[in-house]
Amino acid sequence: MKSRQILRQALLLFGGFIMLMPFLWMISTSLEQGGIQNYVEAWNRVPFGTYFLNTLLVTGLTLIGVLITSSLAAYSFGTMEYPGRDKLFLLFLSTMMVPQPVYLAPSYVILAKLGWIDTYLALIVPWTTNVFSIFLLRQHFKTLPKSLYEAARLDGCSRFGYLWRVALPLSKSVIATIMLFNVIGSWNSFMWPLVVTHSEKLRVLQVGLSYFNQEQSSNYQLLMAASTFSILPLLILFLLAQKHLVASYSRSGLKD
Amino acid sequence: MRNGSKIAPYLYILPALIIVICFRTIPILASFTASFADYDIGGFHGFVGFSNYERMFTDARFWNSVSNTVFFVLGVVPAGILIPLVLAMLLRGDLKGKAIYRTIYFLPVVTSAVAVSVVWTWLFKPEAGPINGVIMALGGDPLMWLREPRGIFEMMLAPLGFHPTGVFAGPSLALVSLMIVSVWKSIGYNTVLFLAGLENIPKTYYEAADLDGAGKWGSFRHVTWPLLSPTTFYVLIMSTIASFQTFALVYVMTPPPGGGPLGTTNVIVFYLFQKAFDRFDIGYASAISVFLFIVLLGLTIIQRRVGEKRVHYS
Repeated sequence: MKSRQILRQALLLFGGFIMLMPFLWMISTSLEQGGIQNYVEAWNRVPFGTYFLNTLLVTGLTLIGVLITSSLAAYSFGTMEYPGRDKLFLLFLSTMMVPQPVYLAPSYVILAKLGWIDTYLALIVPWTTNVFSIFLLRQHFKTLPKSLYEAARLDGCSRFGYLWRVALPLSKSVIATIMLFNVIGSWNSFMWPLVVTHSEKLRVLQVGLSYFNQEQSSNYQLLMAASTFSILPLLILFLLAQKHLVASYSRSGLKD
Repeated sequence: MRNGSKIAPYLYILPALIIVICFRTIPILASFTASFADYDIGGFHGFVGFSNYERMFTDARFWNSVSNTVFFVLGVVPAGILIPLVLAMLLRGDLKGKAIYRTIYFLPVVTSAVAVSVVWTWLFKPEAGPINGVIMALGGDPLMWLREPRGIFEMMLAPLGFHPTGVFAGPSLALVSLMIVSVWKSIGYNTVLFLAGLENIPKTYYEAADLDGAGKWGSFRHVTWPLLSPTTFYVLIMSTIASFQTFALVYVMTPPPGGGPLGTTNVIVFYLFQKAFDRFDIGYASAISVFLFIVLLGLTIIQRRVGEKRVHYS
């Protein structure tokens, strides 16, 4: 029995070591010759400050958009009855079946027609709605008892007031899940910003890092320093929210 | 007032609906339409029937990207099931440090594909990279990794005097390197899914198996595996769908032009990307999109069908 436990721990430790190895190598290489100075140099070699601000701006505004559009749509889909509701919901869901690369080229053409290529609008507006978030929130709204709604209305609460003061405060956990998924998604998004922006002013972190990788391909210390500070914000977020995040991933995975 | 509350439900949907229609539905439909059109840098030149598809079916580079993608999926998916399954079995139940292990395994999942690619490019560097460093310290020969166009079967069988060619040469070592990174990145997610699946299996089943004298392997074979099958199936389909869409790893680790040494890491989404944005050959790229969509749709339908059955099962 005892030796079983030891074997189990040994195997898991070995696995954990393999998983961590690239991160450890990244950090140790980033500190070779010059130490912390490598970080300063990487940061100043190309405008990483601008890339960070762009990513923060895009992530933040996208998230606000997603939260607003999702709560409103989920509220309607989950608690109201009206003709065409299920057909509209199906229209939303059907878009989830189509992966992004499939409609990337026509999206570009549409953005070009709108004159949005190489603007913040192109980076943000198309992602201010997220069907999966609507789906998650709708499922949750459906579980709220109807009597709660009726009681609130009797107390003089308006339809919107119920969403704002009753339904949303009762959905904190789902909202947290939606926020985490969307922040991770926007922060790590690569293909879309690569396609729809060209100028350095609008470059987001992932695209900036990939160009930096091409330009400095032999400058490992700087590359590893840049990789480290690029993943640091999400790493911190993950460590702070990991319990909720892991649970969200496993739940939404099995539910879907 | 009456009238106002009748349209209210639609008003609540409106903001989301506008975005969905403008940036999902219309581009998706446009993708189908453009696949039947001659649409390039100069704009729309009229419909051309199936000629984009004809071109696709006779394009050797396209088929090369399909076979690379299939190799990629066949390599990544089984490893991405087997390793997480073993890890989840080890993590199951009471265990010291369980939360820490889970955190460590999950770390690559939330790390951006670009940063991961930059780091692994360095690890795989043929000249000074740490992986070759370890191999040489152990007395082995350094490998070219991401720059090696030779198939891995070809490389393994060459010392024995066999020289397989074409598909029999196997995926290039460059592509295998990408597979390693892809598996590493997805282990944590799949482990968490398996762990949730395992912890849903009621203990009583194991007690019954124990009473029947099933033994460790027997209870895995007759209890764990069948009761875990919905999760296994879900992981199988989801990782297949995700692997079909690999892009960032290929783009960053084996950068354009080309798609790796001799085009051996040119996967379907990378090829589609090149056609659409380097050549601005929207018509042809759309035909490839539609092909990709049909493959993925087929997989999704299978998942839904079998997924529905499993509801009755539990």
